[in-house]
Amino acid sequence: MGQTRRAFNLRHEKLCDILIVSRVITALRVDGSHKMSQQLNEFADELTQILPSEALLLSTEARRPYECDGLTGYRELPAMVALPQTFEQVREILRLCQRYQVPLVARGAGTGLSGGATPHSEGVLLSLARFSRIIEIDPQARTARVQPGVRNLAISEAVAEHGLYYAPDPSSQIACTIGGNVAENAGGVHCLKYGLTVHNVIAAQVVLMGGDVINVGGTALDTPGYDLLATMIGSEGMLGVVTEVTVRLLPLPDAAKVLLAAFDTVESAAAAVAQVIAKGIIPAGLEMMDNPAIVAAEDFVQAGYPKDAAAILLCELDGTVAEVEADIQMVSDLLRESGARTVDVARDEAERVRFWSGRKNAFPAIGRISPDYYCIDGTIPRKAVAKVLAGIERLSAQSGLRVANVFHAGDGNLHPLILYDASKPGEFERTEALGGQILDLCVQVGGTITGEHGVGLEKINQMCVQFTDQELDQFHALKAVFDPDGLLNPGKAVPTLARCAEFNAMHVHGGELAHPQIPRF
Amino acid sequence: MDSFVESLQARIVTAGESGTRLNIVGGNSKHFYGGAPHGEPLAMGSHQGIVSYEPTELVVTARTGTLLVDLEQTLAESRQMLPFEPPAFGAGATIGGTIACGFSGPARPYRGAARDFVLGVNCVSGRGEYLRFGGQVMKNVAGYDVSRLMVGAMGTLGVMTEVSLKVLPLPVIERTLVFDCSGNDALTKMSDLGGRPLPVTGTVWHDGKLRVRLSGSEMAVESAASSLGGDLDIAGASFWQALKEHRLDFFGGTDPLWRLSIAPPAKMPDLPGESLVEWGGALFWVRGNDPQALVALARAHGGNLTRFRGAERSVSFQPLGEAEAVLNRGLKQAFDPAGILNPDRMLAGS
Repeated sequence: MGQTRRAFNLRHEKLCDILIVSRVITALRVDGSHKMSQQLNEFADELTQILPSEALLLSTEARRPYECDGLTGYRELPAMVALPQTFEQVREILRLCQRYQVPLVARGAGTGLSGGATPHSEGVLLSLARFSRIIEIDPQARTARVQPGVRNLAISEAVAEHGLYYAPDPSSQIACTIGGNVAENAGGVHCLKYGLTVHNVIAAQVVLMGGDVINVGGTALDTPGYDLLATMIGSEGMLGVVTEVTVRLLPLPDAAKVLLAAFDTVESAAAAVAQVIAKGIIPAGLEMMDNPAIVAAEDFVQAGYPKDAAAILLCELDGTVAEVEADIQMVSDLLRESGARTVDVARDEAERVRFWSGRKNAFPAIGRISPDYYCIDGTIPRKAVAKVLAGIERLSAQSGLRVANVFHAGDGNLHPLILYDASKPGEFERTEALGGQILDLCVQVGGTITGEHGVGLEKINQMCVQFTDQELDQFHALKAVFDPDGLLNPGKAVPTLARCAEFNAMHVHGGELAHPQIPRF
Repeated sequence: MDSFVESLQARIVTAGESGTRLNIVGGNSKHFYGGAPHGEPLAMGSHQGIVSYEPTELVVTARTGTLLVDLEQTLAESRQMLPFEPPAFGAGATIGGTIACGFSGPARPYRGAARDFVLGVNCVSGRGEYLRFGGQVMKNVAGYDVSRLMVGAMGTLGVMTEVSLKVLPLPVIERTLVFDCSGNDALTKMSDLGGRPLPVTGTVWHDGKLRVRLSGSEMAVESAASSLGGDLDIAGASFWQALKEHRLDFFGGTDPLWRLSIAPPAKMPDLPGESLVEWGGALFWVRGNDPQALVALARAHGGNLTRFRGAERSVSFQPLGEAEAVLNRGLKQAFDPAGILNPDRMLAGS
């Protein structure tokens, strides 16, 4: 069925999660010998009372696969890995963690890109991989109740027979789990029209540190009290461990078409996007790539992209058959009027897949031309895209590191890819510094340091740029309501004020923030 | 920062020190909702104005005292709208009060709720601190989602001074279809419509009539309308407006009005009073004096009951579970440690 194929092909887009920062040499490796403190030993003994022996990993080799998530530059061996299979086991683990004051980091598939699941060396890494059951599909109510370890794509696959799908489609959707999606408020290529995880998850069961259980959201459209569900989504495993998720399902659209437009300047491509929106059209997907990304993708997969274009737009429209026909005509005309030098509508499914394949393979394509690359995740007001891309070009020239840009143009989520070689001394550090400068730029134009990948460990310093001390303090106060002892995912997502004081001093001292030669806007 | 916000901060700091409770007032159009307001009035109505609005960004930022009607007018001039279709319940309604109450109109099940369109909030906490959460971009996962936490919190966590909202294009056309049918048939039809990729943006059943609103491009709406049948309601637009603002006859009179929010049932529940069903069967408005029966129904259908108008105000919301209640009180404490912001409006005793 065409629509089902569409769901599967398209939802592989935005590959930021699939090919990830590789071969980073700054890894922090914990020594293989494993000496736990007396207290951790006692804790482990108690865990063996609740978990079968194969569900508690203590040896170095067994723990090794858990030492990092998709952000492989940050590594830490957890003191132990727990693989519970039942809800009661999870509760018991959280009770014990509270009693022994042992930190806990929850992990889904480990595809996250910000180090949110980087383990704690003195703590438990709680893998929810075994919670992989779809508990209930209700086609009538268009909901599915699933365990947190169910893969994102598995939900759409399981409900396809009812003509339904789960809308958020992070690029890692073949591997990432719904529990991780909730933790990160995962997005995808279709968010402008269909929303993020927060718009598509209606309820969750959460175990708090200490073992209390809360049910947030529900099958009714609202619940009394504060919106704890919204608070939980995107909280990066800092507030509780999600043990069950209920998602809303949507009917698959009747038809979808994609067009490819090429532009001679980035500015005209950005202006064209604004024209489409101004016309009252909300595309199902709207992606932009700049010249370095186009060239890399075209060389890799021969998607049919014009290698001399400054920018291309891929625009997908969905709806009823008649509606899509009409909209595609209108958008084609608009793009031409906005200066597109060519506009090609995919004539058939094969061509549609080919058009998307370049975007879909943009990251591996970059991987082909550079030993390593680093993916940034800023979101900016769309009107600032030309300015920000120009700023990135200047910063890139100064640092001597190349940058290719892919962009969720519909919702302003920019993914600059910094090309570098980790085997050259100091190059990763320069890459991180350039990444930080790019995020500063995003904040300066009114944007944010992370659109969909989360803060984790990676962007914790940039939190000091985006938020004031009072705002960070308020985050800490919120966290303390859920986890007073700070045992869940410690050191992630929200920096301490001391860390910010240090970072801001360094930041200015190093001249990185100042950059007097860069116009600030 | 403007002088209004500075004086607001000073006022809240002083109130915190003296333990003076503050009753946040926008347009006073929703004073009937929740626990009875008390405390010194804190007027927000003068804090007006659209701070930024660029239609092609699909984002508007407004000061919270901005009149809802003014905001909607500005958006309409660029053929855009607040997709959650908030009821105003009075000409003086402000966008701040709208977000604080978190009400959404007939389009709620189809386009989303108020909380789904809030991108950022600036507020003054109970400590008198000026805080900004979220932002003016569509995707933002930096920090906890405090902006959405503020939606429906009735000002009890902070006094909002600015909100940023995602907006969407107005539909090109709308059509309302009317079907004569029983409540049970209406529920079946509502459920069926929700499972198909149709441009449905409203469903309501009352007094033997099911109304279905279609919105979108001319082509999509006309083809859906011809496939669904029914009669065209030429006064459809004013009907939905009257429904949203509770100006239909059903909402008149003096009997208490209850709001029963549940998972859509397959059959009409046995309701202790006259009712009106909207939101695809997920929202029942019920008149009458038997909240206990309704609470039981709410529990049986995985939902909750709210006292909307009339009846005893001190029990406006269904009690929370124990662990949830602890977190709610904890959040209140974390944002407003002195308990001065809109006391008892949402959580009794705090």
